[in-house]
Amino acid sequence: MCLSSVALSRVSLLSQSGCWAGGRAGRKRRTQGLGARWSYGLSAMEEIFAKFVSQKISKTRWRPVPPGSLQPAETFVTGSWDNEENSVSLWCIGDFGNLSSDGGFEGDHQLLCDIKHHGDVMDLQFLDQERIVAASSTGCVTIFLHHPNNQTLSVSQEWVGAHYHIGPGSPSYRSAPCTGIVCNSPEIVTVGEDGRINLFRVDYKEAVRTIDNADSSTLHAVTFLRTPEILTVNSIGQLKIWDFRQQGNEPSQILSLTGDRVPLHCVDRHPNQQHVVATGGQDGMLSIWDVRQGSMPVSLLKAHEAEMWEVHFHPSNPDHLFTCSEDGSLWHWDASTEVPEKSSLFHQGGRNSTLLAHPSSNQLNVNQSLISSWLSTDPAKDRIEITSLLPNRTLSVNSLDVLGSCLLCGTDAEAIYVTRQLFS
Amino acid sequence: MLSKPEGPDRQFPSQPGSGAGSFVRREIWGPGVCGGPRTPGACVDQTGNMEELDGEPTLTLIPGVNSKKRQMCFDWGPGEMLVCETLFKKKEKEEKMLGCPFIYIVRKDIDVYSRILRKLFNESHGIFVGLQRIEEESTGKSRKAQLVRVSKNYRSVIRACMEEMHQVAIAAQDPVSGRQYSSQVSILSAMELIWNLCEILFIEVAPAGPLLLHLLDWVRLHVCEMDALSADVLGSENPNKHENFWNLATLFVLQGRLDEARQMLSKEADANPASASMCRVLGDLMRTMPILSPGNTQTLTELELKWQHWHEECERHLQDGTFASNPHLESLCKIMLGDDSALLEQKELLSNWYHFLVTRLLYSHPTVKPIELHFYAQSSLDLFLGGDSSPEPLDNILMAAFEFDIHQVIKECSIALSNWWFVAHLTDLLDHCKLLHSHNLYFGSNMREFLLLEYASGLFAHHSLWQLGVDYFDHCPELGRVYLELHIERIPLNTEQKALKILRICERRQMTEQVRSICKILAMKAVCNNRLGSALSWSIRAKDAAFATLVSDRFLKDYCERGSFSDLDLIDNLGAAMMLSDRLTFLGKYREFHRLYGEKRFADAASLLLSLMTSQIAPRSFWMTLLTDALPLLEQKQVIFSAEQTYELMQCLEDLTIGRTESRDLEGQRLQDDDIETTKVEMLRLALARNLARAIVKEGTLEGS
Repeated sequence: MCLSSVALSRVSLLSQSGCWAGGRAGRKRRTQGLGARWSYGLSAMEEIFAKFVSQKISKTRWRPVPPGSLQPAETFVTGSWDNEENSVSLWCIGDFGNLSSDGGFEGDHQLLCDIKHHGDVMDLQFLDQERIVAASSTGCVTIFLHHPNNQTLSVSQEWVGAHYHIGPGSPSYRSAPCTGIVCNSPEIVTVGEDGRINLFRVDYKEAVRTIDNADSSTLHAVTFLRTPEILTVNSIGQLKIWDFRQQGNEPSQILSLTGDRVPLHCVDRHPNQQHVVATGGQDGMLSIWDVRQGSMPVSLLKAHEAEMWEVHFHPSNPDHLFTCSEDGSLWHWDASTEVPEKSSLFHQGGRNSTLLAHPSSNQLNVNQSLISSWLSTDPAKDRIEITSLLPNRTLSVNSLDVLGSCLLCGTDAEAIYVTRQLFS
Repeated sequence: MLSKPEGPDRQFPSQPGSGAGSFVRREIWGPGVCGGPRTPGACVDQTGNMEELDGEPTLTLIPGVNSKKRQMCFDWGPGEMLVCETLFKKKEKEEKMLGCPFIYIVRKDIDVYSRILRKLFNESHGIFVGLQRIEEESTGKSRKAQLVRVSKNYRSVIRACMEEMHQVAIAAQDPVSGRQYSSQVSILSAMELIWNLCEILFIEVAPAGPLLLHLLDWVRLHVCEMDALSADVLGSENPNKHENFWNLATLFVLQGRLDEARQMLSKEADANPASASMCRVLGDLMRTMPILSPGNTQTLTELELKWQHWHEECERHLQDGTFASNPHLESLCKIMLGDDSALLEQKELLSNWYHFLVTRLLYSHPTVKPIELHFYAQSSLDLFLGGDSSPEPLDNILMAAFEFDIHQVIKECSIALSNWWFVAHLTDLLDHCKLLHSHNLYFGSNMREFLLLEYASGLFAHHSLWQLGVDYFDHCPELGRVYLELHIERIPLNTEQKALKILRICERRQMTEQVRSICKILAMKAVCNNRLGSALSWSIRAKDAAFATLVSDRFLKDYCERGSFSDLDLIDNLGAAMMLSDRLTFLGKYREFHRLYGEKRFADAASLLLSLMTSQIAPRSFWMTLLTDALPLLEQKQVIFSAEQTYELMQCLEDLTIGRTESRDLEGQRLQDDDIETTKVEMLRLALARNLARAIVKEGTLEGS
């Protein structure tokens, strides 16, 4: 709705000038007051900027801001997929502190530089300020180096064939897509469709540690739990915890959804409480796990209508959580509300009644609560406010990233959405 | 011009065998935009798509294909065509010629491959989907307002695209690509022009009065020279001395921007006191011209009366020679009288006949009715061209619109424009305005659906835009589903993630056949990669019992070879999916037996093992393994198999050995194997007998005590 009204104003704007040729350089989209209209002012997303980029975006990541810096995030990287030629691109928000003529905030993002990427970009992570690690559908893991002086990207290191299949009987190797990476400089952990886990260290040619056949199915994502421990999710609904101190190919712990082995596609760990983990599944469910106890999720929240591709706790404000899905929606989950007079459990947002979230009960289910975190079991505080952040849903939102008050997502409709006023 | 040979770099995927020496070259052609000499053979005809053919189909020559000397063959694909040379042996031997090493992929829709137009396709896809969601119930004003807004959204996307294309055209380094971009800009510009007119006439359906205001806006929006000129003249130090001062003033009058014209006149009056009074008179005439303003409540008749009065006043001034001493002012006055010859003198400034038409209407028929438009349009076109040149496609399209002949507009656009985007979206929008319902084609479905199908098929031929096509097929009630089914199966499954996206598309639409086929492909791939766990998950998802059996057999074979199970994380968690096939059930249960045994729950393990055989779930070939597995249980200190269970085990063993002796008689060899087998059987018999003895004793003791 909002996009369309903006589009309208663009026509009138152009018709005033009467000539498109003298038109404005950049294209800007402002989506105003979305959240304000749909929820009760909390996490109202004031402005979303959309830009169509002529390639389907598979991953988006903010560049981390230098420690101690108070600057908002302004540079991000995106990866494309399913193009004849894919690329990793670095963007900068064209913000020079000025307001545009119509009083809006000039937040359009401009391409800084890009570099060809062989195969679909399956995952992207910043290793540090300058280095970006990319996972490829060809099984290759690449570190790209950004040169800020001349705004170029170059390949700094490459592990070709990090993930591969071995055909039956013969020693023929076929590349397998690398599906996920996680970095903790100088270490990089990768997982793939081959069920293999690799531990790389920057500047080492070979993998430091490889766990072959770590999983019988596809590993979809990986994250660090505590320093030598990682956590993977797979396509049969299991979370596995691996401890690199232990030898052998066995995980130290397996947690799983019961029943239907619904594939899990994404995982994120609570930034402060390392035992709290959120995962998203093929059925769009959000699961919260406490890895210290039990082998089943603490709570299951009915969320999206299709695959949940990514879930992220807000890094500095972890009562907020963000999810995106194949159904084309991007949601903001706010568990920080402590307002007692709000009686309804969840606020309905948007035009779609699907925004209601039901804590569906499974055998172990305890109502989640929010006061200290996502695990508390006090039903009186059972309140999560959900806001849908994108106006019209169409194609899949493949990736999102959040840093400070800045949120970023990329879609199959070849658009990148950015907002820098998440909590305003 | 349209062919874009990209070097021999791509091997055609469906011909794995031809990879070694043959290459594929790609050519692109667009619908309706063709060139080249008419030679038989390697030419592709591009037919009109309406009921009857509009003249000769145009021919496109595929560059690099010499059809005079070679025999050609071709095959149609979805949105593409393969062309290659063949070498049929002729009876009389000719001199040997080297075959052409190329296979050509000839593509239909060039525009799909433009980077900038991709934005148009993606953005308009969202608008299209939104339009389909507009409820049918809403009627009258709100519905019309919605449709007008949708139309404006489409136009704004075209404009945005045009802007960007223009920027790129300016920035282009080499003149060839610069020209290409510029021609794209003019095509986009024409699209917007046509769309805008259709919006005014068909969607807005403006009545007499407001109609002219809309048309004025339309002309102002599309005659672009104005702004550059205005900035140039008014920005100069001394506008009055600028060579284009009067041109600009005239343009303002021609476009009915009389306030701006008056400002220029006052500048002239300041500079030339001699003509000040004349300027004031003309300025007053401009100020007093009656126009219909949106908020005004006056009726058309009132307006007509006032206008008539004003018109007579202008005429009087002209006849009195008020402006005789200043030819510039006099010509302005003549224009304001709607004088055809005075207007035609400004041909250069008017630049096209539809501008001429609108200016003519403004100053001579301000309350023109929609049905009268075509009359004025035709005469304006004739007057403007003056027999010097024949109308171009764009002129024909606009004329058809003025005649309110929607089908003619769409038909002409289909022929003239280089992509299906425009006609598909415009037709769909007009269909939502309920303007097309009577029109059915003699093939397929109606015109809207036909055009949408064509457009979406073009998207599906693209390696990346296929996702957009899905929603278009969804909104083609008659053939969309079939198209989707045929296209979706042909999307290559590079990664599991892509496969999941395709599966989601199919599952949402209950396309079970396609879901099964995709899962089967993935399962087969996994088997080839030795990923049995993955293969099993995929066959479970596809509910493919036969394949699950095959994979289970592989698991059991691996077990027999290695003595341990792989992929326990999956097999231990099969749950209800185990029931998919008998073999899978056996695999799951057999693994459960191992787990029970490992947990030292011997009694449970024993009864499970026995039931696997007695219920006939276990394949006969596996019985010996199962019986061997029973050996350690039989040898345990405590009695595990009851007497009755032991009898059953014995029965199983005897069944098996009888079968074996028969088959041995047939084969009569493999002595060494037999030896091992015989030893095993002997050992089993011994263990069973001992267990039976112990069981009988134990059971007897228990009963007795």
